[in-house]
Amino acid sequence: MKLQRKNRLRALSLGVVAVSGALALTACGSDDTGSTGDGDASAAANTSSIKCDDAKGQLQASGSSAQKNAVDAWVKQYVRACKGVQINYNPSGSGAGVTAFLGGQTAFAGSDSALKPEEVTASKKVCSGGQAVDLPMVGGPIAVGYNVPGVDNLVLDAPTLAKIFDSRITTWDDEAIKKLNPDAKLPSTKIQAFHRSDESGTTDNFTKYLIAAAPDDWKYEGGKAWQAKGGQSAQGSSGLAQQVKQTEGAISYFELSYAGDGINAVRLKTDAADPVEATVENATKAISAAKITGTGKDLALEMNYKPTEAGAYPLTLVTYEIVCDKGNKAETLPATKSFLGYIASEDGQKQLADAKYAPIPEEIITKVRETVSNLS
Amino acid sequence: MDTTTQNTEQPPPTPPEPASAATTAEEGRAARGATRPGDRVFLGLSRGSGIFLLVIMAAIAAFLAYRASIAIGKDEGNFLTTMEWNTNVDPPVFGIAVLAFGTVISSIIAMALAVPVAVGIALFITHYSPRRVGGVLAYVIDLLAAVPSIVYGLWGALVLVPHMEGLFGWLDTYFGWTGVFEWQEGAPRSLLTVGILLAIMILPVITNVSREVFRQVPRMHEEAALALGATRWEVIRMSVLPFGRSGVISASMLGLGRALGETMAVATVLSPTFKIHASLLDPGGGTFAQNIASKFGEATETGRDALIASGLVLFVITLLVNGAARMIIARRKEYSGANA
Amino acid sequence: MSTAPTPAPTRATVPTPRTLRGARLPKWSPWALAGGSLVLAVLLGLVADMDNPAQLGLIAAVLFVLGTYGVAARVEGRRQAKDRVATSLVWVCFLLAVIPLASLLWETVRQGVKVLDFYFLSHSMGVVADTETGGGIYHAILGTLEQVGLATVVAVPVGVLTAVYLVEYGRGRLAKAVTFFVDVMTGIPSIVAGLFVLSFWILVLDMGYSGFAGSLALAILMMPIVVRSTEEMLKLVPNELREASLALGVPKWRTILKVVLPTSIGGITTGIMLAVARITGETAPVLLLVWGTNFINTNPFADPQASLPLYIYQQYANSAGYGAAYDRAWAAALTLIAIVMILNLVARGIARWKSPR
Repeated sequence: MKLQRKNRLRALSLGVVAVSGALALTACGSDDTGSTGDGDASAAANTSSIKCDDAKGQLQASGSSAQKNAVDAWVKQYVRACKGVQINYNPSGSGAGVTAFLGGQTAFAGSDSALKPEEVTASKKVCSGGQAVDLPMVGGPIAVGYNVPGVDNLVLDAPTLAKIFDSRITTWDDEAIKKLNPDAKLPSTKIQAFHRSDESGTTDNFTKYLIAAAPDDWKYEGGKAWQAKGGQSAQGSSGLAQQVKQTEGAISYFELSYAGDGINAVRLKTDAADPVEATVENATKAISAAKITGTGKDLALEMNYKPTEAGAYPLTLVTYEIVCDKGNKAETLPATKSFLGYIASEDGQKQLADAKYAPIPEEIITKVRETVSNLS
Repeated sequence: MDTTTQNTEQPPPTPPEPASAATTAEEGRAARGATRPGDRVFLGLSRGSGIFLLVIMAAIAAFLAYRASIAIGKDEGNFLTTMEWNTNVDPPVFGIAVLAFGTVISSIIAMALAVPVAVGIALFITHYSPRRVGGVLAYVIDLLAAVPSIVYGLWGALVLVPHMEGLFGWLDTYFGWTGVFEWQEGAPRSLLTVGILLAIMILPVITNVSREVFRQVPRMHEEAALALGATRWEVIRMSVLPFGRSGVISASMLGLGRALGETMAVATVLSPTFKIHASLLDPGGGTFAQNIASKFGEATETGRDALIASGLVLFVITLLVNGAARMIIARRKEYSGANA
Repeated sequence: MSTAPTPAPTRATVPTPRTLRGARLPKWSPWALAGGSLVLAVLLGLVADMDNPAQLGLIAAVLFVLGTYGVAARVEGRRQAKDRVATSLVWVCFLLAVIPLASLLWETVRQGVKVLDFYFLSHSMGVVADTETGGGIYHAILGTLEQVGLATVVAVPVGVLTAVYLVEYGRGRLAKAVTFFVDVMTGIPSIVAGLFVLSFWILVLDMGYSGFAGSLALAILMMPIVVRSTEEMLKLVPNELREASLALGVPKWRTILKVVLPTSIGGITTGIMLAVARITGETAPVLLLVWGTNFINTNPFADPQASLPLYIYQQYANSAGYGAAYDRAWAAALTLIAIVMILNLVARGIARWKSPR
């Protein structure tokens, strides 16, 4: 029995060590505030205009992965200015974002498509005395990225895109592509068209464009889930970008911000004279042509997918932040208001271009600012 | 009751079954006779936790069944045969054909590759390698069995997939004519790759348990065979394998259970589409678990219920597999005489 | 074992055997055969214009097996030849399996050490975007430890008590039902457990994402493993011990607490540790329930937390192919393996330390 007592003592000391180790662990960590690397002047200048007011605590938000990189950039600036606030944006997808918001689990949601009427009705439960509104905050040009060595300035139009993604054009030296690119040296490689395996607002907007601009060649219904058969898939915009980077002959669609180094984007042939490049400015131009379909404080937009004006890139999605106009939770309201106020501000919108997103045109964003300042 | 599925150290003399049965009966009488409050509390506590487990199980089954029935009621397609997963449209159309196919095929590939190799390694460790090497190997394999599946997934996506192109090209050149191994030069993120990754993943699990079983072969059996002039292979074939058969089967079922339910490793490696391809090399297909993980984000209320319905099917498949394994083991026990 | 005396084959070609041993190939013959078949394969490859090393290896392997069989059959007889083929097949199995598994460990270590340092371990991601360098896994380690700890606190008492019930009291229909359902529970796919907790805890009870929600799912996965291993261990306790204690008039519950459990505590702890190691790597339920965050959240009962497996997945999935995120994913994978390995080692240590001597 003496042996056992000794063992027990040893077990006890082991436990003590474990517990104290855990305690030490909880004490020594800290959040990376990103202050180490780029302390450049422009960043410092940007933060000065952020109004923290009495915002504090953790802000949970989730939704569209399309605006993830934009939110990352905003959060970085914002958290530097308002030390007491942590903003946790989970790029779980628009649908999950709206579901979580309607379930009262998040302070705001990001969504690539405006709320449906039944969702607005459902929102009255979480927004006591008010309802959820769509606030357009980010424009994202959807780049059609491709990986064809030796071909830099590929031009495609909507019908050709539709045929490629419907597996009806299968090689890069197809006549239809040749006709649009008379000067390019197109290889006979097989086309590997990648689409999203998860449901997504990007797919929704991409197929909406195909339906509007090439109704004869894209016979599917559209929606967040990919409808066409054939082709390959990957998870998330990030997954698609990854595949395009790795796979020769690949083509896919994702937000411009994911089209980082090494991915070329297709120039779209529209009804205008010259093919349009996927750039931030061209996307903003396209959004200016959109019309507001939301009523009251809701600012849902409807894109024009067949623009005739030069330099408007029609393949653009608008991401809305969804909040309650009235009846936000008291503990998160200050932080929500302050953060949304920042991203709608001139500085916040300026931040977008660096992250390769399109700012919302002036006449729409002023309305957004007004709504945000009246949130309660 | 198979004593083999645990890879914990066990001293060879397992207590004989009848004795313990006798004591429980005897102790049962004692427990009934006892009126001590301590006994009653303790019995209540332990029986309570047993019942608690039952309740959880029943709750899971009932809950899943309830939600699944809602979804299936709304389904416009045939839940079993439709090759589509479109839950966000009204009315929703979805079916599990592709998922069932993908799950079964990838698991079959994994088993076909992993079981023979695992038995081989287990034999290598117990009967071929030098003792010290065997010990180290056994430890490494133990460790690999505990490596989380997400790490296998990460390795699969970043290391295995790029290395698969060579194999795919080779299969296409020599076996492409069968149709099963035809390759259209897509990225090699197909069901075959998934099967291979799953095989690598469950290999340590199966090896581990099989090794434990082979180690427990009574020395007498082996020495008797050797004394009769048997070669090493004959010893293995005639005394080790028959003894270990039920153990290997239950080990394989453990591995199969993991392969069927594996989520993240499949999700990182597969390029999922809702289509059944004749060729194993064509990217596409999907599995139950992978589909739940990747479709969950955008799923609406109905979408979630539909995913739960597919989860229920996976649950039932796993149940059937486990049941089959238990039946095989029970039957083998009667004949083998190994546990006598 | 190969030195065990084997009687001379009856069909010996030598009329008057000088020894009782049959003819045997010299010790170096397998190596010579292996070298020979490799050279032959390369020559064949040169002739047939094949340059795929895997293909050459395959040809060499086939040549080796055939050659071994042929040579051994001629010198040692058919039975010995079969034995040699079996030996080489076992070796091939071993080599075949070692390549991917070694590659897995090697790649994880090689890629993992790139960014693994104290800063990485002591900082969270904070506001570092997935495409940038920097950040760390402190929040994820913390989350994993808390979630797994809570799951253990929930699952172990239930699991051990259930096992005690099954072994010490269990008979009749209830015990049979419990045994059966424990077996069934062992087979629950982790994502299904996650779905259950999600629909019940978060959507019905409206509790919100938290580390604890994840722990519940992990506990569901852990309970059957604990029950099974504890059951096996309790069965190993000799009945004489129980009887001796009961004969002294010790109440049954004290017998269980003071005699049965202490005797088997080593094995039980080992089983628990292995179960802990197993759930530490679970990703799917955590993905659905804990939700993930980039900031440190020390409270597992409110608000999302991070976890190591989830962190690895997110860094992989949200990386858009940027190297920095992959490096972090590998480093987190290395850390996770290290944690699991430590748990395993501790389990073994306890088993050895507490094992009956």
